[in-house]
Amino acid sequence: MPALVALGDSPLAGRSWSAGRLASSLTRDPLFAAAACTLLLVALAALFAPWLAPFDPDRPIDMAARAQPPSAQHWFGTDTLNRDLLSRILFGARISLAVSLLSVAVAMLMGTAWGAIAGYAGGWIDALLMRVVDAGLAIPRILLLLSIVSLWGTLTMPAIIVVLGFTGWFGASRLVRDGVRASKERDYAVAARASGATPFRVLVRHVLPHALTPMLVAATLGVGHVVVIEAGLSFLGYGVAPPAATWGTLIRDGRENVATAWWLSVFPGLALAITVLAINVLGDRLRTALGGRQLPAP
Amino acid sequence: MTMPARPVPNSSAAGESPPLLRVQDLRTYFHVGGAVARAVDGVSFDIRQGETVGMVGESGCGKSVTALSLLRLIDPPGRIESGSRIEFEGRDLLTLNEEGIRQLRGNRIAMVFQEPMTALNPVFTIGDQVAEVARVHAGASRRAAWDRAVEMLNLVGIPDPRERAKSYPHQLSGGMRQRVLIAMALVMNPSLLIADEPTTALDVTIQAQILELLADLQQRLGLAVLLITHDLGVVAEVTSRVLVMYGGQIVERAPVRELFAHPRHPYTRGLLEAMPRLGRPRDRLTVIPGTVPPPTRWPSGCRFRDRCAWAWQRCADEHPPEYVVTADHTARCHLVDEPSRDVTPAAAGVAR
Amino acid sequence: MASIVLKRVAQGLLIVWLTTTITFFLIHAAPGEPFASLLEDPRLTDEMRAATRARYGLDRPVTEQYVRYLRAVSTGDFGDSFIHHRPVVAILGDAVPRTMLLMATALVIGFAAGIALGALQGARAGSWFDRLTGSTAVLLAALPDFWLALLVVMLFAGTWLPVSGFSTPTLPASAPMMTRTLDVLRHLILPAGTLALLIAAMVSRFQRAALIDILPSAWLRTARAKGVATRSVVFRHALRNAFLPIITLGGLAVPALLGGAVFVEATFNWQGMGSLAVQAVGDHDYPVVLAVVLLSSAFVVLGAALADVAQAAADPRQRRA
Repeated sequence: MPALVALGDSPLAGRSWSAGRLASSLTRDPLFAAAACTLLLVALAALFAPWLAPFDPDRPIDMAARAQPPSAQHWFGTDTLNRDLLSRILFGARISLAVSLLSVAVAMLMGTAWGAIAGYAGGWIDALLMRVVDAGLAIPRILLLLSIVSLWGTLTMPAIIVVLGFTGWFGASRLVRDGVRASKERDYAVAARASGATPFRVLVRHVLPHALTPMLVAATLGVGHVVVIEAGLSFLGYGVAPPAATWGTLIRDGRENVATAWWLSVFPGLALAITVLAINVLGDRLRTALGGRQLPAP
Repeated sequence: MTMPARPVPNSSAAGESPPLLRVQDLRTYFHVGGAVARAVDGVSFDIRQGETVGMVGESGCGKSVTALSLLRLIDPPGRIESGSRIEFEGRDLLTLNEEGIRQLRGNRIAMVFQEPMTALNPVFTIGDQVAEVARVHAGASRRAAWDRAVEMLNLVGIPDPRERAKSYPHQLSGGMRQRVLIAMALVMNPSLLIADEPTTALDVTIQAQILELLADLQQRLGLAVLLITHDLGVVAEVTSRVLVMYGGQIVERAPVRELFAHPRHPYTRGLLEAMPRLGRPRDRLTVIPGTVPPPTRWPSGCRFRDRCAWAWQRCADEHPPEYVVTADHTARCHLVDEPSRDVTPAAAGVAR
Repeated sequence: MASIVLKRVAQGLLIVWLTTTITFFLIHAAPGEPFASLLEDPRLTDEMRAATRARYGLDRPVTEQYVRYLRAVSTGDFGDSFIHHRPVVAILGDAVPRTMLLMATALVIGFAAGIALGALQGARAGSWFDRLTGSTAVLLAALPDFWLALLVVMLFAGTWLPVSGFSTPTLPASAPMMTRTLDVLRHLILPAGTLALLIAAMVSRFQRAALIDILPSAWLRTARAKGVATRSVVFRHALRNAFLPIITLGGLAVPALLGGAVFVEATFNWQGMGSLAVQAVGDHDYPVVLAVVLLSSAFVVLGAALADVAQAAADPRQRRA
């Protein structure tokens, strides 16, 4: 079933939710189950790549041969340096996923801090901080990334994570800000304030937790987005520095040999596409189950 | 589940022209999952030329589905079951193809809906929407259709119609929108107007104006009207005959004076008692206990019995047919058959 | 109406100013001295370095540099390209029209196809047609744009349709206008088609959902009761309403489209803004990169503003007298 179909037809839509009901509504959804299984497999493959990979991803099989098409021995073929592509994809998954997860964590932290301050402070601080978010959202992310790369030069992996995080928090901060604004006037927050709790304590203990539900969805979809962005950056040649190979780097290798070795771009791309599709389905179902409404893609 | 109904007395005596609309054994069911919701379950009635007939009942009793069935506006999973018959101006509506029924809608049979706030398309001007009827059915030119729309808006009492026609629905009050809907219904001089709760969403003074307008138009245009409402007060004002619906069936039918003077079905009595009247304090307003059961689960026997103070064993065993009270008065209640039980419920020592 | 436009213009200018500020801080937060690579050239004498610093105002306090930067940008002066030794504006003058051609073509085709497809799906929600095309659209929308572009290149390489470039390099400039135009259009088909496919996939999802939202509306029943034919009910009454959220989507999608254009341009070697930016990053030619960033954000702001105004014009409820 198409992922965007289930508009508000979830049994939980509009109601308060509990983890148990959430789980039961999701497990009855076969597409959700398929997506979750796929992601689990991808995660396991990345985690156990050193044991699963049939060959050394960085060592050529032999010096003589060039890129070989898929065969019984090399399921996905070999690359131009005659390295096993399947092994390279398995190891690539580690970097792609690690970079994506960590950078989303950075983005969520930044977005939460920024949005919480804006929402809690209100007034001109809120207006100012949110205009900065508007400006951030107005710059296409890949161009922002490219300009950073052009200024900083080639980025190391930690730098890539930070940069991806720093360019990805704008949408999340708006979610947190709206959630904080909605919940800070509620009785429990007012009561906490009345009983003399410090603003920071009220924010962290009483307001923020209620604003975080949409963040779960935003984080999930954010991972899907950043996997593609990271791959895209590598595809353009400005991602994680070689020799580390992410899926994007592998597709870039494939692009240079697109006429002669189709498997070089098809298989890494498939891995990327399947992962992203599964993450999108997961995020979308989560949003429906949590009673959220449809948001345009980031 | 039903006993073969005894032949319903036909109000039009032999020799008179056939009725404008004749509905026979109309059954509209909704097939949802394994369940069947019998929203309309064996409804028969006639409407003569120029007559105003009221149809009353609580929400959920099948009035609106009956109205929609008459225009075949029932969407899946709803279905008008075979065996049903709707004859209009001598034509069987249920055998017409989609194009045939489309040509009748808004042309010979028009309908006014109950949601004046939402029944108009928000992005077209009201003039456009009224004119569309003339364009669709008379093939009128843009210009001619627009003039006709202005004329109709004038007819339903919208001030400054030429200017108002350029307004969008959100710029009008509820009463004005209801007038627009009536104007839209009357563009083609239909012979039958179905008005589904036309005054429910309006406040009292506006209600009176709209009813007055309907009565006036009915007389001027010689229109037959099926007025659907849950408000017996509305029925008393403008109709000549009343059909009381409950559980997807007509439970009582009578001329309006007769019904108010001698209601025979306990449900009708309940509705009458629930009417607010002058001189009776509001807080003593009687309400029929309980609610209409879902149409997937009508009780066996009489469908009203679980809310009825008179009910006895027979009501559970036997589905009451339409008993004839007088020539033009029937009631679907065993009390008509056993008048001795028709005393105040307390004296009858009812089981419930 | 006029007040909406004015408000949007003010908001837009504010955002463009903020993006300019962000880029300024990016330059100054970069490691080492800004324009370091330019100054490192060993052939430069110290005087030349000082001259370059003075030219870019690097010898001034940061606040003064910021004001100068704003003034320069607001007059359309993005400086000179380090590589091409031409004003950035002149370089953009070649590239931007190509990107506009690509994006406009893709937008028109993509939205038209997406709206039509979504409407057909929504009108027959649940049918096999809906399921099949709907799942395909979800799948397409999830595909990384650069990979899809790469697959298209793979598929069409060696056919009559060119998979690379903006025009045939061997075509002499003296060739007749008609021939050259057709040549460009032939090169346009695949990149614009790829971008349009992605747009259509996204738009159709929204169009379908919007139509399904609309179809149970009371006024649609009114239209049917009036005797309006089903086709006209869906395509005149419903679609007009369902179109409103699509206008908003069009405005919101500009950043994603510009991002997609970068990859599509890079993959098909379409020499527009995107390719220019990618090339400039490799050359450390940041005046060009930053100009593309600023211009893109201006496009984004413009797109959002246009969508707002169009929405107000299309929805009578938002119109003020």
